[in-house]
Amino acid sequence: MELKTLTFIVVGFTFALYIGIAIWSKAKATGEFYVAGRGVHPVLNGMATAADWMSAASFISMAGLIAFLGYDASVYLMGWTGGYVLLAMLLAPYLRKFGKFTVPEFIGDRYYSQTARIVAVICLIVASITYVIGQMKGIGVAFSRFMEVDYATGLFTGMGIVFIYAVLGGMKGITYTQIAQYVVLIFAYTVPAIFISLQLTGNPIPQLGLGSTMSDGTYMLDKLDSTVAALGFAEYTDKKGTSLNMTLLTLSLMIGTAGLPHVIVRFFTVPKVRDARASAGWALVFIAILYTTAPAVGAMARLNLTTTIQPGEIGSPTGNLVYAERPAWFQNWEKTGLLAFEDKNGDGRIQYYDEKGMGDKAAQFGWAGNEMTKVDRDIMVLANPEIAGLPNWVIALVAAGGIAAALSTAAGLLLAISSAVSHDLLKGVFAKDISEKNELLAARIAMGGAIVVAGYLGLHPPGFAAQVVALAFGLAASSLFPALMMGIFNKRMNKTGAVIGMLVGLGTTLVYIFWFKGWLFIPGTEMAANKPENWLFGIQPESFGAVGAALNFAVAWVISKVTAAPPEHIQHLVEDVRVPRGASTAAEH
Amino acid sequence: MTTSGTRAEYWAANLRLLFGCLVVWFIVSYVLGIWFAGALNSISIGGYQLGFWFAQQGSMYTFVVLIFFYASRMSKLDRQFDVHED
Repeated sequence: MELKTLTFIVVGFTFALYIGIAIWSKAKATGEFYVAGRGVHPVLNGMATAADWMSAASFISMAGLIAFLGYDASVYLMGWTGGYVLLAMLLAPYLRKFGKFTVPEFIGDRYYSQTARIVAVICLIVASITYVIGQMKGIGVAFSRFMEVDYATGLFTGMGIVFIYAVLGGMKGITYTQIAQYVVLIFAYTVPAIFISLQLTGNPIPQLGLGSTMSDGTYMLDKLDSTVAALGFAEYTDKKGTSLNMTLLTLSLMIGTAGLPHVIVRFFTVPKVRDARASAGWALVFIAILYTTAPAVGAMARLNLTTTIQPGEIGSPTGNLVYAERPAWFQNWEKTGLLAFEDKNGDGRIQYYDEKGMGDKAAQFGWAGNEMTKVDRDIMVLANPEIAGLPNWVIALVAAGGIAAALSTAAGLLLAISSAVSHDLLKGVFAKDISEKNELLAARIAMGGAIVVAGYLGLHPPGFAAQVVALAFGLAASSLFPALMMGIFNKRMNKTGAVIGMLVGLGTTLVYIFWFKGWLFIPGTEMAANKPENWLFGIQPESFGAVGAALNFAVAWVISKVTAAPPEHIQHLVEDVRVPRGASTAAEH
Repeated sequence: MTTSGTRAEYWAANLRLLFGCLVVWFIVSYVLGIWFAGALNSISIGGYQLGFWFAQQGSMYTFVVLIFFYASRMSKLDRQFDVHED
């Protein structure tokens, strides 16, 4: 069957599934809308969390990032998984015990302060909105590449699907669709990986294949190191960045992960405190299936790409691929503009190498510069099934997987935004005596509004969309995580300390990022060029969230020491969240 | 109903366990995966250099084991100090 038809069938089937789930899981009360009635089994919540967490970026971009950064991409692997250890031990069980609906609600109650709650709402909305733009773009891109519909049509279709199940089912609908989406995306990710691992190393398990030998008896990674090094690129397994930046970036991503409200709120849906602990473990199991496969996908794709272009001896006149004989996938991706070739030395063959690393040798070979003028990193996952020569249904599956990853994350973020609006702002501040029925209606309207805003931003992405990761994680790491953790572990922490700590953490991180990337990311407003010589102690802006968090902790602690202790009932509240017994159950609230 | 004394002990036991787990968390990622990755790369297991393996595989496996270990020990502590649910 033709690929396009097949893709329509596979993607259409997944959409029908999501809508079916939405109708079955309609939310009837605010408890169901915000936290799925607290009745989600911990293993299923783990699966939903994994889909919620793994975005279009994890599915499409991460393996490509690893392929081109090699060892240095480890910061993302460790950073985006290690955060779950912090979540399971420092936050999730206690916040589940607290037993309310949103993250700002805990901050507001614990610090007996509307100001604290509103600061938390602002952090949540900024972090979530910036994050959701990337998902909307991911949906549009996946549609336009695989189904040849235009970007806007793809985006509207995706918005429509999310609208149906998120507005109807709230957290309950989102949870059960996320479980289905996890199954789709993990299948779509691992099947091509298994085939490619088999082809290159004979081992069907990619995690083992990466450490195995190839048909010529050399280890895959050794072969990759020597192949890329011979073409002037840095060795794949070598460290290129500084240990300080790698450490701080990993730490920022870890505490940012643990502090992201759309992830935390998933642990409010399980029935018990001990379920919250175990569920974090299950979430990480399901995440790690993809995250431990990604390094194999990245390394193998890089090797495949390099040896396709340079099949023969380096420097021999016939060592390079003849452009006219390039494979079909190469031509397909050239059409999208994500791969580009320019025959600089006019020999009709493709030379792909690092000009700086190659030095004078290139000229001796008669090479006139790197001729692969564009190799987009996202191709690595998307073109994988074609490079490996897999059947069309696998390619169709990858399209459905990419869309599932983007939809599931978008829905989780949208829920975090809409409950912050309807529960924290409306019910919490502006209309305290709103009835439950009206709050549910408000939550649905807020959800619809959030989808429209996200869709608009996806259609007209602001220039800073690419910087989203640094900002979202920086915000969560420097403001929310410390406030939440101190709220549980430091009984003496008071309103003044927490609020000033949050503002200091948030402020320093924002200023540091904007200093080098422009105020609100507007080009030309940078205070200094974004390069290592200008950075404070050589710390790159992306890594600064950890420093902001440290400042938040330090400032809050000092201020809480010199100001009055929190009232008696707050200290009791802290003692109460520390023990599991007495947690509100499914039907309560 | 438990006394606040035993609740304090429960919390102290939790903090000890937590600290131990976070030490392991720190070692596999930062110490083995980043700081000493270069040195560990002289050791190979199969085709993996050890530092590289910790950074791209081993740390993540350890994280999973750590969470389940913590969760099961905490369930025991919950019962031991009589603060468990149901």
